[in-house]
Amino acid sequence: MKKSYRMMGFTAILVLMGSSMLLAAEAPASPEAIRFFSWAAVAAGIGIAIAAFGTGLAQGNGVRGACEGISRNPEASGKIITALILGLAMIESLAIYTLVIELILLYANPFLKYVVGA
Amino acid sequence: MEHGILLLNFIAKPLSLFFEQILEPLRAAHPGWAGFLSDSNHYIQVVYMWFYMIIMVLMAMLTVRGIKMIPGRLQNVLEVVISGLKNLLIDTMGEHGMQFFPLIATLFLFILIANLGGIIPGLYSPTASMCTNAGMAIVVFFFTHIVGVRIHGMKYFKHFVGPLWWMAPIMIPIEIIGHLARPLSLTMRLFGNIAGEDLVLVVILVLVPFLVPLPMLGLMIFTSVLQAFVFSLLTMMYISGAMEEAH
Repeated sequence: MKKSYRMMGFTAILVLMGSSMLLAAEAPASPEAIRFFSWAAVAAGIGIAIAAFGTGLAQGNGVRGACEGISRNPEASGKIITALILGLAMIESLAIYTLVIELILLYANPFLKYVVGA
Repeated sequence: MEHGILLLNFIAKPLSLFFEQILEPLRAAHPGWAGFLSDSNHYIQVVYMWFYMIIMVLMAMLTVRGIKMIPGRLQNVLEVVISGLKNLLIDTMGEHGMQFFPLIATLFLFILIANLGGIIPGLYSPTASMCTNAGMAIVVFFFTHIVGVRIHGMKYFKHFVGPLWWMAPIMIPIEIIGHLARPLSLTMRLFGNIAGEDLVLVVILVLVPFLVPLPMLGLMIFTSVLQAFVFSLLTMMYISGAMEEAH
């Protein structure tokens, strides 16, 4: 009984911590601002989708090579797994670059001052 | 409280009020000290970086003071980590790479502890801001070139030319851009992974706060350890690439 209380308490703490992290965006008043924000959201979504698509293909190729290598030579699995993890992290970083651009577009848009000020 | 409820917010306000009383006559002379603790929401990455640095130093001091032949728990864990790092370093850079072990080990341990600390509610990982990551990446960038120049002299810059001397007008800009892309990619990779997992956790907590964050927390721990490993491994590969030029 005590374990479930502890888990629920921990999750409640996490909810409290996380709920105040939402950045309050400024409420757009003009229709140009709404149009701008909607186009920015579309751009971010399409960008991330293309990046995730490419990352999926590339990491799948990497894992295929690693599995074939391990199946041919199970003794070298330590080195193969090290090279695999490193390669996956490098490929993942390409999607992370796209994520950073998307975060900039959504939360730190450099054209914000032209739209909201109008 | 744009980064959530942090322990710093509970400590900084009373401490800043306390310091205001003491520093009252000094603040008139030094107006730049006005926001020392009360503005700490603007530089939480610095505060938490110092926090994790103090934790690392305390861990090291506690281990070394009671060092034994049959290790206790803390000494055992640190021995596993340090010996694993040392084996990785010798595999990647060879035996003469041990002179760079302090830098690599410090980078790995600091990034590991900083990433993992951000998962704990109330703490914030300084690697989730671009300032800390850019600092570490710039250190690595200058380190690789200084090591190359120290080992090879001025002939180190001949490798920018490439294999054929008449391809120099094409190779030199490409090589320069490639070298400048290294600290950028190091920064962005670490920042994107750690800040991204913060944001994903926020979104999941808003949507389904019960039980679903648990696999996300497991993924956060995995990517934190992995990113520390990747940063230090890339540093090792850059340094070994600068050491073994054009032989």
